Amino acid sequence: MINLLLFPILIPFLFAAILLFFPKKVKAQRIITIIGLLTALSSAFVLLWKVKTDGVQSLTLGSWAPPFGITMVSDMMSALLVTSSLLIGLFVVWFSFTSIGIEREKSFYYPAILFMLTGVNGAFTTGDIFNMFVFFEVLLMSSYVLIVLGGEKVQLRESIKYILVNIVSSSLFVITVGYLYSVVGTLNMADISIKLADIGQAGIVTVIAVLFLIVFGIKGAIFPLFFWLPGSYAAPPIPILTLFGALLTKVGVYAIIRTYTLFFTTDIGFTHELLMIVSILTIIAGCIGALAYFDVKKIIIYNIIIAVGVILFGASVMNESGMMGSMFYLIHDILIKGALFLLIGIIIHITGTSDLRKMGGLIKRYPVLGWSYLIAAFGLAGIPPLSGFIGKLLIIQGGFENELLWQSIFILASSLIVLLSAIRIFIYAFWGEEKGALDFHPKTYRHLLAPTITLVVLTVLYGVGSEYLVPFMTDATAVLLDPSVYSNAVFGGGK
Amino acid sequence: MKTNDLIMQTTTKVVFFIIFLFSIHIFFAGHYTPGGGFVGGLLMSSAIVLLLLAFDLKTVKEMLPINYTVVTAVGLLISLATAAGSIFFNVPFFTHVYDYFYLPLLGETSIHTAMFFDTGVYLVVVGVTMTIIQMIGGDE
Repeated sequence: MINLLLFPILIPFLFAAILLFFPKKVKAQRIITIIGLLTALSSAFVLLWKVKTDGVQSLTLGSWAPPFGITMVSDMMSALLVTSSLLIGLFVVWFSFTSIGIEREKSFYYPAILFMLTGVNGAFTTGDIFNMFVFFEVLLMSSYVLIVLGGEKVQLRESIKYILVNIVSSSLFVITVGYLYSVVGTLNMADISIKLADIGQAGIVTVIAVLFLIVFGIKGAIFPLFFWLPGSYAAPPIPILTLFGALLTKVGVYAIIRTYTLFFTTDIGFTHELLMIVSILTIIAGCIGALAYFDVKKIIIYNIIIAVGVILFGASVMNESGMMGSMFYLIHDILIKGALFLLIGIIIHITGTSDLRKMGGLIKRYPVLGWSYLIAAFGLAGIPPLSGFIGKLLIIQGGFENELLWQSIFILASSLIVLLSAIRIFIYAFWGEEKGALDFHPKTYRHLLAPTITLVVLTVLYGVGSEYLVPFMTDATAVLLDPSVYSNAVFGGGK
Repeated sequence: MKTNDLIMQTTTKVVFFIIFLFSIHIFFAGHYTPGGGFVGGLLMSSAIVLLLLAFDLKTVKEMLPINYTVVTAVGLLISLATAAGSIFFNVPFFTHVYDYFYLPLLGETSIHTAMFFDTGVYLVVVGVTMTIIQMIGGDE
């Protein structure tokens, strides 16, 4: 099955197309979406196993020869990301059954999610820089649908901002790809990597590198380009926020890591230094935001920005520990942000507000919710043996190996702020006097809790079982640190 | 204000079919010469837009009782199914094949799998364009 690496992209697409036939039959929509996601997820696991045993998979569409056709490449990093994005999709859909509301379910909610996963998985898998733009558009179009779906006033206001920002960044993307094409004369990422290595250090290449950082930085919410994110993400309902928060910024982060390890490795002194400075500033901005708000949504949203900074810092040091830490932290962050958003979703459902000052005393009636929130919060801050620990440890180790003493200590300190911001939610929402509308249908509560607890358990397993994941992460890191593995896979072992 | 658009309506009844046939022509011209599913689909939707201009939304809906979302979905499935044929032959996705067939009236004709893919594109373009126009036009 040489087409295996396309299955996680094609299956959601197929099921989304089927769902378009009967938008009003909610029950059928739900069942088919779940079947589609489970099929896609199992194909992703098969792919993961295939990449583990046989190495990087690549396929050039339409039987054209590699630099001319569109190449799809699945290395360990993209296989892991594809799997975790489908996993998050599954939990979000499960959570949506009881929380998104029948009106949205009748208005193409599930097809939009599946189309978005098509785009996300495509962007993770493609080996062609222009095709990556196309998949970005696919996921953005679907995210426009999701962000505006329901048509509340705040959603309409924020979606205008969201669409404008993304149109600007998409046109910049095309312009940047145009620059790159005029320099190397190819769009195939493996080929670009080879040609750029031949060119060596050149001013124009550095300019393109910075332009790519801006383009993907807008999507991935780095400092100072994250301004649109907190407002826009807070507008749609919780399941959509979860999907956006866990996945969309990660696509930008993935693209930065991919281009900065595959293309722009000739002038590390400038480009990666810049990436490091930007990532530190991103963390600072995120920390300020996470402490400044009393809105639970905003607190977790600013934590996304902190995580983006941490992951990019690990990638910018360009050594084995740092890169592996970034990989660990990237997957961890997808899972833990998913879990946290679902948890605060339940808190908002119960109390009917997202303002911390108006809630309190939940632990008495909802102890399970409280303790699983605490576990997730510890996981986010990286307390051993939970999931954030190993990634952050390796990132800091990578920093020390490159003698970035202050920066590494700074990352460590930022963990404390992350912990503080997450614990503030715990203290305000779960301790103290009972406040807010606490009457909540127990059946709805159980239905919301089931996917959330499962996801929290999954993050705990990810942390405890990280020993078993090391071989996977090593494979992912090996490709990132040695671009020739990637290009050899595309060109079939030498050109 | 009531406008007199008798001339417009009478012409449209004829011109609609001319545009429609031209869109089919452009669609088939597609593979070796400029044209194809995308342009053909746009032409077809422009014909329907002409109908909408000459008559109103309600009349056109009665003339063509089509759910354009379903048209889009059918188009997506046709395209996907054509491309997915390659999965069963275990060749890279989107690999295309063609052969010459003897068809009645047309004689020796080259039939290409890309044409079936383009049929899907044609339907998607018509479906999406008309959904957008109906949605904006119907929103008053």
